[in-house]
Amino acid sequence: MKILSSGTYSDRLVSYSVIFSLIWSILGMAAGVYVALELVIPTIDFGQEWLSYGRLRTLHTNAVIFGFGVTALMGTAFYSVQRTCHVELFSPRLAWFCIIAWQFTVLLGGLSLLAGWNAGKEYAELEWPIDILIAVIWVCFGIVFFGTIAKRKVKPIYVSNWFYGALIIVIAMLHIVNSLAIPVTISKSYSLFAGAQDAVVQWWYGHNAVGFLLTGGFLGMLYYFLPKQADRPIWSYRLSIIAFWAFTYSYIWAGPHHLHYNAIPDWVQTLGMVMSIILLAPSWATMVNAVMTVSGAPQKLKTDHSLKFIVLALAFYGLATFEGPMMAIKSVNAVSHFTDWTIGHVHSGALGWNALITFGTFYFLVPRLFNTQLYSKRLADIHFWLAISGTMLYILAMWGAGISQGLLWLSLGDLGELSYGFREIMASMQPYYILRVIAGLVFLSGAVVMIYNFFRTIAGRKTATVQIPAPSTASEQQVTV
Amino acid sequence: MNAIDIHRKLEENAGLLIFGILFVSAIGGLVQILPSIFQETVEPTADTRPYTAAELLGRDIYIREGCSTCHSQQVRPLLAEVIRYEAPAHAGESVYDRPFLWGSKRTGPDLSRVGEKYTDEWQRIHLIDPRAVVPKSIMPAYPWLERRKANARNDVHLRMKALQRLGHPYSDEEIARAADDVAGMTELDAIVAYLQSLKIDTSVDQSEGGH
Ligand code: HEM
Ligand code: HEM
Repeated sequence: MKILSSGTYSDRLVSYSVIFSLIWSILGMAAGVYVALELVIPTIDFGQEWLSYGRLRTLHTNAVIFGFGVTALMGTAFYSVQRTCHVELFSPRLAWFCIIAWQFTVLLGGLSLLAGWNAGKEYAELEWPIDILIAVIWVCFGIVFFGTIAKRKVKPIYVSNWFYGALIIVIAMLHIVNSLAIPVTISKSYSLFAGAQDAVVQWWYGHNAVGFLLTGGFLGMLYYFLPKQADRPIWSYRLSIIAFWAFTYSYIWAGPHHLHYNAIPDWVQTLGMVMSIILLAPSWATMVNAVMTVSGAPQKLKTDHSLKFIVLALAFYGLATFEGPMMAIKSVNAVSHFTDWTIGHVHSGALGWNALITFGTFYFLVPRLFNTQLYSKRLADIHFWLAISGTMLYILAMWGAGISQGLLWLSLGDLGELSYGFREIMASMQPYYILRVIAGLVFLSGAVVMIYNFFRTIAGRKTATVQIPAPSTASEQQVTV
Repeated sequence: MNAIDIHRKLEENAGLLIFGILFVSAIGGLVQILPSIFQETVEPTADTRPYTAAELLGRDIYIREGCSTCHSQQVRPLLAEVIRYEAPAHAGESVYDRPFLWGSKRTGPDLSRVGEKYTDEWQRIHLIDPRAVVPKSIMPAYPWLERRKANARNDVHLRMKALQRLGHPYSDEEIARAADDVAGMTELDAIVAYLQSLKIDTSVDQSEGGH
């Protein structure tokens, strides 16, 4: 018997964040397809500054990471923290502010990139006025999140919240330090760090933005929505603790693998390499934990769309976190660095892991938030196959491109002369780049099918408010999910 | 009390958890970054000097257009790479680079040693229409660079002043005449000036390696 306590969850803002996140996913991926096409037909920017590859590519990464990714993380963090704490959000108003102000900031940021405001650091291209907005919203996000945890009705803090908590804290630290700069005008600033030092700071930021946002943040999503949807407790609580702390500790060290053979001290590179290989352990510990959790629900895996997406995402997570440590080995990196192999690795994480787990979670959330059934399971099935084929084709094309680039660049003839000119190698990339455009279109059309499905689902809805169940008496972690 | 019990404490106290995460995640960064701030100051190599007013504007255009999304500026000390691009990068060459532009993707070739490899005229044609000189190139064209004045916003002296505050050795006099130095220059002129400044520092003993 479940006793209901008074009050309802603040879920409307979660619905909105799902919708905003979906809009960003389409915009961001459309920009991705467009820049992919620009590498095949370079004249399709029509001499327009804002369509130029350098600007549009930056818009692509910002729209997918900060628009699609962060909005989804905020929404799911707000959804799950209420349920794992058995209370309504601390200050729903501030939570609304976070969601809305974030959309406004990303939009402004996107437009500023197209206008040529660019701080020049990867994944931190936004200029100082927007950096300040980001910092303010991020602090508010932290207040809502930890405020909710502080007033929780159950004693333990559930494991998904550690990951979301790490996302909030670590990203705040990285963002503030890496963005330190002296403003010159509203649209231009100079980094407080220069040269090699700037490089080390930037990749400390860049790698851990990947670590605590694209990996850790989404692990928070995994730890809540996977057990929930599989209807099973997490397989090993102990393993989740060990994996969390090992992950949080070791990730931070791995940044220098982005600077192998670059002009930074050797000891820093070596540390980065060793810690990256160690990172395989906590990464896979989480994967094992999650796989064992679903393996208790084999029936559900066959029929449940949400779960299918989440488990497929887990497979790509396994791939990316295996490939990453391999690429961090200096002798492998000598070949992979600067090539499309890196791009393939990025998208096996970005499409295979981040996008798929988010889609799976949305298949779970949309019918619940709108108190109805999914419009079409068949369309969800079609989406599943488009998503898997798009991702696989993208990765295979980039492996082909990247490995041949890497080897051809380094190839020497009998007399020690270069075997191939740069332009020759560049021109030979065309077939792979064409395949990548197709892969992107396939993946994107899957997302469009999903959005149509959600649109029809919501069109036939009744609105729902969910009463907060009182905490159960057992204090064990598992039942608090 | 075993590890799980200790952890239970962390996990039942939000403040401790926040502190724990902050502490554990800060260590790696501190170890890697602090030495570069307090100990290992990088000295500029003999030929490395702050960018001139025109080069600086050119570099800022390079950043604005996202050139570094396709071009690296970092020759690694690998045999084939040194043959292709010449001397490997030295940390002392980028002490005036804010931000650094080493890049992470080489869709087009490395540019850190492109200076004086081509004539100014070649660079100008190439930026306006890359396929006029490299038929199979996939580089975008930048026709607007020719139409715009490099110092249209009249802020080049502000840029240099900001850098001076950060320790770049510009004299007040250099800053005062910067606007005159770039008067009449287009964005195309500025970016070509920047590209031509990217040269090998011949004073560096290459046997020392990259750093
Ligand atoms: C329709 C799907 C997509 C397509 C066609 C696409 C295409 C591209 C292209 C062409 C690039 C530039 C590659 C280069 O520099 O050579 C790129 C970069 C990037 N994309 Fe995507 N993308 C897609 C989806 C995504 C998603 C969903 C994410 C993240 C969640 C993402 C994250 C990134 C990142 C982080 C980079 C920068 C990689 C680096 O600098 O190493 N992409 N993408
Ligand atoms: C144990 C886990 C991982 C390790 C050790 C790792 C390692 C690496 C390495 C060595 C590179 C190439 C650096 C270079 O040569 O420039 C790289 C690039 C990258 N990885 Fe991972 N990776 C891991 C997991 C992931 C995951 C799960 C994602 C999720 C999306 C991801 C996203 C990226 C991105 C965006 C880049 C491109 C950065 C850039 O150059 O712009 N990685 N990673």
